[in-house]
Amino acid sequence: MAKQTRKTPAKSPSKATSTTKKAPSRSRAKKVVPEGTFPTSLELNVTFDTYPAGKFTHKDLGLSIDDVLSMYRNMLLQRRFEERAAQMYGKQKIAGFLHLYIGQEAISTGTSTAIKIGLDSIITAYRDHGHGLALGMTANECMAEMFGKVGGCSRGKGGSMHFFSKEKGLFGGHGIVGSHVPVGVGIAFAHKYKEDGGVSIAFYGDGAAGQGSVHEAANLASLYELPSILVVENNHYAMGTAVHRAFAETEFTHHAVGYKMKAALVDGMDVFSVCKAMQDHVALARENKPSMLEIRTYRYRGHSMSDPQKYRTKEELESKKNEDPIIRLKAYILEHKMTSVKALDAIDEDVKDEVLASVEFAENSPVPDLSEIYEHIYDESDYPYLA
Amino acid sequence: MAVLQYREALRAAMTEEMERDSSVFLMGEEVAEYNGAYKVSEGMLEKFGPKRIIDTPISESGFCGLGVGAAMAGLRPIIEFMTFNFSFVAIDQLINNAAKIRYMSGGQFNIPIVFRGANGAAGQLAATHNTSTESIYATIPGLKVIAPSNPDDAKGLLKSAIRDNNPVIFLESEVMFGWKGEVSDAVDYLIPIGKARIAREGTDVTIVAHSKSHYIAMEVADQLALEGYSAEVIDPRTIRPFDIDTVIESIKKTNRCVIIDESNPFASISSEITYQIQERAFDYLDAPVLRITSKDVPAPYAKNLIEYYMPQAKDAYDACKRVMYVK
Ligand SMILES: Cc1ncc(C[n+]2csc(CCOP(=O)(O)OP(=O)(O)O)c2C)c(N)n1
Ligand SMILES: [Mg+2]
Repeated sequence: MAKQTRKTPAKSPSKATSTTKKAPSRSRAKKVVPEGTFPTSLELNVTFDTYPAGKFTHKDLGLSIDDVLSMYRNMLLQRRFEERAAQMYGKQKIAGFLHLYIGQEAISTGTSTAIKIGLDSIITAYRDHGHGLALGMTANECMAEMFGKVGGCSRGKGGSMHFFSKEKGLFGGHGIVGSHVPVGVGIAFAHKYKEDGGVSIAFYGDGAAGQGSVHEAANLASLYELPSILVVENNHYAMGTAVHRAFAETEFTHHAVGYKMKAALVDGMDVFSVCKAMQDHVALARENKPSMLEIRTYRYRGHSMSDPQKYRTKEELESKKNEDPIIRLKAYILEHKMTSVKALDAIDEDVKDEVLASVEFAENSPVPDLSEIYEHIYDESDYPYLA
Repeated sequence: MAVLQYREALRAAMTEEMERDSSVFLMGEEVAEYNGAYKVSEGMLEKFGPKRIIDTPISESGFCGLGVGAAMAGLRPIIEFMTFNFSFVAIDQLINNAAKIRYMSGGQFNIPIVFRGANGAAGQLAATHNTSTESIYATIPGLKVIAPSNPDDAKGLLKSAIRDNNPVIFLESEVMFGWKGEVSDAVDYLIPIGKARIAREGTDVTIVAHSKSHYIAMEVADQLALEGYSAEVIDPRTIRPFDIDTVIESIKKTNRCVIIDESNPFASISSEITYQIQERAFDYLDAPVLRITSKDVPAPYAKNLIEYYMPQAKDAYDACKRVMYVK
C-alpha cells in the first residue's frame, strides 16, 4: 500500500546521471512499477509544522535587543510610509493603483530579518512597498517612484506596483496576479546553477494561488529541487472574494502535497513566528529543499484605494486590528524591558521624519524627460522605434 | 431614446439576451457578489441567481477554457475579463481553442462565446495594465473583434455578439464605462457585426478611429470645421471583420485619410487598414495615409510620460492638415 510521508525519497543516482559524469544531479530515482503491484487503495498521511503567534521569543531566533528594535523600526517605517502614501494619493500626487500592505508588515520584516540581503532574492506582487522597505530600499526612492519621478527606484516607469531593486534583491513588484511566481522559481534556478548559495522567495496572495502558473511553478521547484520558497500571504481576500469562495481546498499548505513539497502554516501577525519559519525554510532551501509556506495575515485597508469593502464586516476588521503586528511587537519590547516607551516614541518620530523627508524628496525630484519614454526598452541605445 | 452609461448599455444587452436564451450565462472575477469590478454586472446576480452569474477564482486560463468547453457543448458563455490585460494569462484558450476548434473539427463544433471586458490604456497603470489588444486578437482567423465607442453601439453589438455562433472578442474601456449616451429603445436592438458607422459626414479628409480614439477624431473634426475644413469621421465599431468598403467609399470622396488608434503602431490595426487602402484606393489618394497611435514603447507610469505616450488630438489635427497640404 502506497503511503506518502513527508520524507524525501532516498537519494540514488538515476540512470542518466550514471552514464555521464557531468549531467545535472537529478536525485529522484525513476520508479519502475513492477507488474502486478497495482495498489488496491492509496492513503495519504501528512502533517505540517505550524508557527503560531506567541510561541517564539527573540532568543529562540538568536536575535539581540538591537535586532528587535530595528525590526520594530522597520515595520513602523512601512506603516507610516503607507499612511502617508494614502494621503498623497488623496492629493493626487500618486495615481493609478495603490495597494497598501498595512497589517501585513510582520511578513516582510520577519523575512528580511531571516535572509541574507544582497545574496537572497525576493519577488512579490503589486502589494510591494512593505517588502521593498523591509529589504532596505529607501523611503525616498520608493515615494519618488509613486510620484512618477526620476528619483524613483524604477525612474518613474513602474509606479506603486513595480518596485525593483537589483541591489537589495527585490526582483519586483508585479501586476499580473500569479505570473511572477514562476519567475521566482527561475531566480532559484539561477541561484542553484551559479552555486552562489542564495535562495529565492516568491510571495503571492491567496487569490494568486488560483492561477495555474503558481501550480506549475511549485511542481518545477520541487522537481528540480531548487532553493525556492513559495509563500502564500493569505490575507483572506482577493479583492472582494473570500478564500472559501475561490478554493475547494482552503488549506494552502495542502496544495504543496501534490508537488511533494514540505509546507508549513505561519501566523503572520507575529513577526517572530514569521522570522522563525523563514529561518527554518531558508535553511532547507539552502540545501535545495524547496518548500511552501502559508502565512495567515490581514490587510487593514481596502484592496486598493477604490474599494467600498462591502465583503467584510466592521466587527471582523476591528477584531483583526487587535492582532496588529506592530502593537504586538511593541508590547513584547516593553514586556521584556528592552527599552522605554519614550525611546519607542522617539523611533516613531524618527520614522515620521524619514517619511516626510521622502515626500519632500519626491516633490523635488524631477519628472522624467520625455525622451526617457524610449529608454530601457531594448539594450540598444539606437533601436529604430517607429515614430 | 434612453440615456445610459456605457456600463448600463452593456448590462442591458446581457440582461436581455439572458432573458431571451437560457443557455447564456456570465462568468468572471467579481462579476456576481461584488457586482462587477467596474459595476457592469451590477444587480445581475440578484436577477439571475448564482447558476447563471458566476464568480470565479483568479484563474483566467481555467475559466476561459471552461467557457470554450461549455460553448462546444451547447451553451453560450459570456466570459468577463476584469481587463483584457489579464486575457494574456488565458491566451492559449482564446487563440488555440476558441478560434480554431471549429476549423479543426471540420465545422462540427460551434464556439458561441463572448470574451468581454476593458481594453486599452486607462491612465497611470504602467506597462502591464495598459495594453491595447485589438491587433493581437484581430490577427487570429476564427475570432471576431468588436470595439464599440458609445453606449448605443455597445448595446447593439453586444447583443449581436452573444447571438453570434463564433467566438467574439468584445473590447470595452475602463475610461468609458461611466460615459453616457443615447441608446435606442428598439425592441431587440441589434447592430450587425462588421458594419462601420459614419459618425460625421465630410469631404476634405477621412478620419478612421475606433473606441476612445473616436472622440479624438470628433474633436479634431470640430476644430477643422472652425477653420472651414470638412472631415468625415468613420467609427469602424468592428475591427474584424473590418468594413473596408465604407472607408474606401469615403476616401473616393476625400482622397485623404488619417487613422487614430490607441494601439502600439507596429503591425497594428492602422497598419492593416493602411495596407488595404493603398491596395484598393491607391489612385484616389492625394497624400500618404497617416496614423496617430500610442508610442512604439510599453506604457510608462509617470504622468507626463503616459500623456506623451497616448495619441494626441494635436498630432491628429496636424496630420489632417498635412494630408490636406494646408498650414
Ligand atoms: C491575471 C490577473 N487577473 C486579475 C487581476 C486583477 N486583480 C488585481 S489584484 C487581484 C486580487 C488578488 O488577490 P490576492 O492574490 O489575494 O492578493 P492581495 O491583493 O490580497 O494581496 C485581482 C483579481 C490581475 N491583476 N491579474
Ligand atoms: Mg489576498
